[in-house]
Amino acid sequence: MLRFALKRLMSLVVTLWVASLVIFLSLEVVPGDPAAFMLGLNAQEDTLAALRDELGLNKGPVERYTDWVGGMLVGDFGTSYTYRTPVSRMILDRVQVSLPLALYALTLSTLIAFPAGIWAAARRGKPTDIVVMGITQLGVAIPNFWFAMLMVLVFAINLRWFNAGGFAGWDAGFFPAMKSLTLPAIALALPQASILARVMRSSLLDTLNEDFIRTARAKGLSRRQALWRHALRNALIPVLTIIGLQFAFLLAGAIIIENVFFLPGLGRLVFQAISARDLIVVESVVMLLVFAVVLVNFLVDLAYAAVDPRLRGRR
Amino acid sequence: MTLLQIDTLSLDIRGTPILRDVSLSVDAGQIVGVIGESGSGKSMTAFSVMQLLPQGSVCSGRISLSGHEILALSEDHLCRLRGNDVSMVFQEPMTALNPLKTIGEQVAETILIHERTTAEDARKRAAEALRRVELPQDRFPLSRYPHELSGGQRQRVVIAMAIALRPKLLIADEPTTALDVTTQAEILTLLKRLVQEDGMGLLMISHDLAVVADMADHIVIMRRGEVVEQGPTQTLLRGMQHPYSLALLAASDHVPDREGTPQDTPLLRVRDVVRDYPTPRKGLWGKPGTFRAVDGVSFDIRRGENLGLVGESGCGKSTLTRAILGLEEVQAGTIALDGEPVFTGHRPNRAVRRRMQVVFQDPYGSFNPRHKVARLVCEPFHLLDDPPTGAARDRATAGALESVGLSAGDADKYIHEFSGGQRQRIAIARALIIRPDLIILDEAVSALDVSVRAQVLDLLADLSDRFGLTYLFISHDLSVVRSITDRVLVMQAGRIVEQGETERVFADPQHGYTQQLIAAAPQLPDDVRKLAHEH
Repeated sequence: MLRFALKRLMSLVVTLWVASLVIFLSLEVVPGDPAAFMLGLNAQEDTLAALRDELGLNKGPVERYTDWVGGMLVGDFGTSYTYRTPVSRMILDRVQVSLPLALYALTLSTLIAFPAGIWAAARRGKPTDIVVMGITQLGVAIPNFWFAMLMVLVFAINLRWFNAGGFAGWDAGFFPAMKSLTLPAIALALPQASILARVMRSSLLDTLNEDFIRTARAKGLSRRQALWRHALRNALIPVLTIIGLQFAFLLAGAIIIENVFFLPGLGRLVFQAISARDLIVVESVVMLLVFAVVLVNFLVDLAYAAVDPRLRGRR
Repeated sequence: MTLLQIDTLSLDIRGTPILRDVSLSVDAGQIVGVIGESGSGKSMTAFSVMQLLPQGSVCSGRISLSGHEILALSEDHLCRLRGNDVSMVFQEPMTALNPLKTIGEQVAETILIHERTTAEDARKRAAEALRRVELPQDRFPLSRYPHELSGGQRQRVVIAMAIALRPKLLIADEPTTALDVTTQAEILTLLKRLVQEDGMGLLMISHDLAVVADMADHIVIMRRGEVVEQGPTQTLLRGMQHPYSLALLAASDHVPDREGTPQDTPLLRVRDVVRDYPTPRKGLWGKPGTFRAVDGVSFDIRRGENLGLVGESGCGKSTLTRAILGLEEVQAGTIALDGEPVFTGHRPNRAVRRRMQVVFQDPYGSFNPRHKVARLVCEPFHLLDDPPTGAARDRATAGALESVGLSAGDADKYIHEFSGGQRQRIAIARALIIRPDLIILDEAVSALDVSVRAQVLDLLADLSDRFGLTYLFISHDLSVVRSITDRVLVMQAGRIVEQGETERVFADPQHGYTQQLIAAAPQLPDDVRKLAHEH
């Protein structure tokens, strides 16, 4: 198990290194002057020179790369050109919203998907199954921003249970903060839960057709017991894969939902930074997202190994 | 004492009749063998006793197991019987165990599900059950996972699970079909011993008459969901009445007539061939090791000869086949067809490739289901520089199909419209279409029922006479190799340990391994074989 984790960890480090190179080179290779690009057409020559100096464009590429990576390793992501604040500070503020939101949505989606998927699989072809599959079909089909606006109309404007948008901040206390994340989390979780429930169901159905389920039944296990004791864990591998992919998406892909609910999350930060041509912020946030995705994949790999002894290697 | 009594059992699955008026019985301590080809309903009879039938199954008649009327019991009650009074062992040991649980957990589960006892006690008794199937704790601790065991060892674990509570009846559905001959012999001995020790009844299902003849006290022969004939083994084997039983007996020891005699000129020459595979590196910075799958193999095949290659799984048969076909490059040695090497530099030699074809084991997996037969059969044409087109191509397709006993009209059908035996004929037609000199038959008849297998063997013999074909016949089934080959090579751990005239090798094996293989292969008694040849 330890060797497996070390191997995965090594591939994580290598992936990050390659990613940092790709991000750096793509900005490097792009023709033209990044400073001129950031300032637009009507920039003054002395402003450009100052920015070039700030960006370190006067140094050689190797030095710039080592400065950038070295800075990130000690938490220094540079200073945003548009906001004139340290990028690390900005990212930290946004992560406080995006990370809890992603975790919240993922928890909801898992809590909905697991029972729904298992329930449907256990009652394959029966009305329960058909209803659950119908609902998940809808869940996949409905755009989440439309569903989000619908929820705002119902729960915020008519019933006044929630605020229509904005983030209360963690200073306001845990529950108010979570409350302001609830509607966005539900909106994000709905399609994810639908996909996950369908994956769970089909994976479980595949597993229930395996020979070892028949063996378990021949031992005297009931259908239910065979499902819970033998099928479920075997069905988890594809489900874990999807959960890993979904988390990565939730972290950075929540941009539309963040906009609908006016949440100051990472997605909006990237969007604003791209619009403002703030390459320093873009570069850093992209690197951070790559890190998050790679880290999640690493954790999913560890989860695979925890589930499946065959991946832990021979003793 | 009658343990299991099945009376006029009929089974329909979603309206399709599967079993009709099946009656048989098993006494305590008795081994009853059920023989039949695929679709005969032998497995469904077993699953009816367990009541583990597919959805939509309707049983009628009577199944009585030590006083319980199985067909009248509730599912809860059946769960209490399964694993406790009646247990089952299945065909495919590689997939019959949960890969995520240790063997100890899985054996102990049988005990825990039926008895209120401590985990510690269940664990102890699981260890005892595993010891009884010859998996002692010092070598096979309870903490092993299935993937750490071989096929034969896994089958032992399945048997341990089945006998942990000393059931009255054990049902074994083709328990050794997926195993090598020597492993098969060990498992059969084990089952026999357990029956004797526990006085349990054994209902053993098999397609192999020789296996059952060797094991069973009583034989039941089934066809198309009905029992055609049954009786005590010794009497039945020597006094079969029903034409189907007689045909089955004849087919199971069928020797095709062959006329052609091999010429003296060698067609394929294999010299000192070595094939290494890299193994995973040891440690993070370790060097990858090598596994030598084929180790200095040399032999010739003469033109017109049928050469057999036998050996157990993992001995390097398939690797050698791939090397001969030029699918993989060898690390040392030469392979040449009529003096032409199969590999020139690092590229396969097309001129040689088009003179060799292969027929694989699986009549289901070796065809693209979306192509029509015409396209499937014409696949080897891509080896020709100037393949026939239009009418010439159709003529070639029709000719190939007709030579394997199908009709030209079959070219427009899809592969799912054919039975296993017909598919294997199509595979042979595909091999024949470019008129190769050498056809490699890689377990080509292993997946077929005995009567179909006999027909395909006849077809192969006939084709080799008509077209002067040379065969390399690779099989783990010694009786088939014996019936169709002139010479045989015995392979073990990548080496050829013995070779010679087939009859000589079988009658008087020299190498210890060959002797072991031949002793392990189940065979009908000599007087019964004689009877088989008379029919």
